[in-house]
Amino acid sequence: MTEVLKEIKSEAATIHGKIIKKQKPTMSFPLRTLGNVKYRPEHGFFELKGHKKVRTLTVNTVKTFAQTLRLMSLSKELVEEDDIATKREAYYVSKNWEEARFDEQDESDTVIDDLEALFEMNREQLGFIPEEKGGEIAGRLVVIDKDDRGKPLRIDCTKFGSGAYSVPISVEHLKFETDAGFVLAIETAGMFQRLAKHAYWKKANCILVSMGGVPTRACRRFVRRLAEEKKIPVYAFVDGDPYGIGNIYRTLKVGSGNAAHINKYFCVPSARYLGVTPQDIIDYKLPTHPLKEVDIKRAQDALKNDPFILHHKEWQEAFRQMIKMGVRAEQQALAKHGLNYVIDKYLPEKLRHTEKFLP
Amino acid sequence: MPQQIAVKSNKIEQLEITTRDIAREMAQKQREISVSEFFTKNRHLLGFDNPKKALLTCVKEGVDNSLDACEEARILPEIVVKVDPTENEDRFRVTIEDNGPGIVRDQIPRIFAKLLYGSKFHRLKMARGQQGIGISAAGMYGQLTTGRPVSITSRTKPSKPAYYCELMMDTQKNEPVIVKEQELEWDRPHGIKVVIELEAKYQKGRQSVDEYLEQTAVANPHAAFKYINPEKEELVLPGASSELPAEPKEIKPHPYGIEVGMLIHMLHDTRARTLSSFLNTEFSRVSSRLAKEICEKAGLPENARPQRVARQEADKLLKAIHSTKIMNPPTDCIVPIGEGLILKGLERQFKADFYTATTRTPSVYRGNPFLVEAGLAYGGELPQEGLARLFRFANRVPLLYQQSACIITESVIDNSWRNYGLPQSNGALPGGPLVLMVHVASVWVPFTSESKEAIAHYPEIEKEIRLALQECGRKLSAFLSRKRRHEESEKKKSYIKTYIPHIGIALREILGLKEKEEQKIVENLTEVLEKSRGG
Repeated sequence: MTEVLKEIKSEAATIHGKIIKKQKPTMSFPLRTLGNVKYRPEHGFFELKGHKKVRTLTVNTVKTFAQTLRLMSLSKELVEEDDIATKREAYYVSKNWEEARFDEQDESDTVIDDLEALFEMNREQLGFIPEEKGGEIAGRLVVIDKDDRGKPLRIDCTKFGSGAYSVPISVEHLKFETDAGFVLAIETAGMFQRLAKHAYWKKANCILVSMGGVPTRACRRFVRRLAEEKKIPVYAFVDGDPYGIGNIYRTLKVGSGNAAHINKYFCVPSARYLGVTPQDIIDYKLPTHPLKEVDIKRAQDALKNDPFILHHKEWQEAFRQMIKMGVRAEQQALAKHGLNYVIDKYLPEKLRHTEKFLP
Repeated sequence: MPQQIAVKSNKIEQLEITTRDIAREMAQKQREISVSEFFTKNRHLLGFDNPKKALLTCVKEGVDNSLDACEEARILPEIVVKVDPTENEDRFRVTIEDNGPGIVRDQIPRIFAKLLYGSKFHRLKMARGQQGIGISAAGMYGQLTTGRPVSITSRTKPSKPAYYCELMMDTQKNEPVIVKEQELEWDRPHGIKVVIELEAKYQKGRQSVDEYLEQTAVANPHAAFKYINPEKEELVLPGASSELPAEPKEIKPHPYGIEVGMLIHMLHDTRARTLSSFLNTEFSRVSSRLAKEICEKAGLPENARPQRVARQEADKLLKAIHSTKIMNPPTDCIVPIGEGLILKGLERQFKADFYTATTRTPSVYRGNPFLVEAGLAYGGELPQEGLARLFRFANRVPLLYQQSACIITESVIDNSWRNYGLPQSNGALPGGPLVLMVHVASVWVPFTSESKEAIAHYPEIEKEIRLALQECGRKLSAFLSRKRRHEESEKKKSYIKTYIPHIGIALREILGLKEKEEQKIVENLTEVLEKSRGG
């Protein structure tokens, strides 16, 4: 915490120093694009290449400059008082800043992202939290949280019946107890429901995670800590389409281009891809949909620009195969063979050959 | 075969009988067409198509006459126009009053109650009216629609009392009838007052009396106007200049502008005894040497009697004229409004940020000298939304109808205003807070039709309009970019003022600075940014 304060003050002092000398102050931010990340498998996540954009205080940047500094000041206050503000709340706080106020939350979100990048810290460390939910958990896991008085609180994730434990926004303080053999990260809430309802975790001795689309930072961080501390493998079970692979799975495993400055913490490098693979579509005779134009474009983009895909031959082949087949299949397409086919046949068969999972 | 011929001849016989009958019948019907019939059938040519336009035409004819008369007498015009409602909803009483020279008693009846009587039709001189049909037609329309006479008050000098009369027209004979006349006291030392009651409709907006007077005022900044509309709203425009337009000179026709019919007419009417002296005296820019040359080319003896020159020979003569190089006609017969006065006219009418005007040097189309002027007003209180307003003038008279058929409109649309920083969609007038005016002055303005509402397409005229518009456009463009630069720097200034204090606040909060230090931040930053305001 004090490190954050030190960083904020030192940045402010540098700017102040320049102003005293009647020079134009600057701030420099890492570029937050896929073009400015590299993938090194030994590190296991997207890292910044080091391209920076320098924002010099000029007539044209004076508004953003002022807003960035005022948000920095808010962050300092939050950290000092051990408080938090949602991104939406931060946006409303700015309404006190007269002409420097943000008109839309998009604008304040962008500046918060800029601050994260500037300090190479995540927004939670700066005191800003998102509104998004963290994901849901069911299965052989006990989460040890604290109650409002700071006493340890044991949460048994087998005891939620047909419901689930909800991952909190901040997960750094959580501790885990588990004897599960693996974590299954699932794309859709529908599939998670099926597996949770039939207590698949009991049968397979695992922990089920519902990502609900592209996993949130909290969800990724939760799975990461769980996997690292308990040394259990993570398998991803998503739709067999360019979005499921290129966005959901890729973000879970190596992080995103936009948030490369914090990927270090928010990714699960050990994750592997269980399915649905293009080969599954053939092997399990799955009903399919034709690839839409956006799907094809996404796949081609990934083959051209995504450092993660470019690094793995297997993924390039899988993408090419999918483009050639011209079809995609959803997780729930397995229901064609019977509603519980996924529990009785598909998952057990796949799990017998984890070595065949895609990287 | 013979049978068929017989049948045919029979038919011809029958045909002959029928045509003879028709001719006889027609002869019975043929009689002198009364002027009222002529008028009723041709009211659209004279501007009385409908009640709204009738009101406009009536005012227009009166005001045009007043302006022409004042200028000929070298008097600064002061014109009063009143449109009064009557007990009858669709009838109005129009009063037009001026401070001109007045009209001598003997002439009044014919000028106001006889069609085709006037001083302007027979000459080539730049003037507003050209046909001598206007004011009497208005009176006639009034008489036909309301049965009321036209009343005239005229005074020619302060030493004489004013003369008042009421006139009707004998529509069978096209002759004036004096219904009432008397002498009376009038507070004007000289001038004319015409009152016409007519069936009409009053409406504001486009093609209204209000618009006509507004535009007339723009083109005649030397004239003072007072206008009282039927709603008793009063518009007073004092003269914006004490300078009268120069008196236009009358010129003889230029040979290049003549058509064969006109030529034959002139040959017949001339007092010249020989063909060469006819050419020399009746036309401008034909020296006796040039006249001989034309006769030679036409293969006609130069001492032939003009009246004896037949139709075929007239054709030859015309051909010879066109193959001879003749100097352009003198152009001093054209009197522009002038750049300075256009500006005054626009300034009197519109509160704008920018005014500009251009007067081109005279040019010639088909032997007729003409001149183009353009002016514009931009910004200020002019409406931001919508298209520019375009004022078209021919010899200082506003043209309110047939905008799209007019060469002026076409030239304005064809000009690419986007180059000058104005929005413009394809095939439309430019947009923005803009009033544009174009004036075409000529001894003979080529209208597209008798109703004199649109100017015809002559390449020479189009070119001059284009050049005038471009000149105005360039000046506007310079103004606009100046304005834009100024706005930008103002915006920057206010930006700096607005946001720098927040940098001070934030740094004070983060670093725990004192108020003095915060002050210093704001001062330093303001200085640094003001200095580099260019970038």
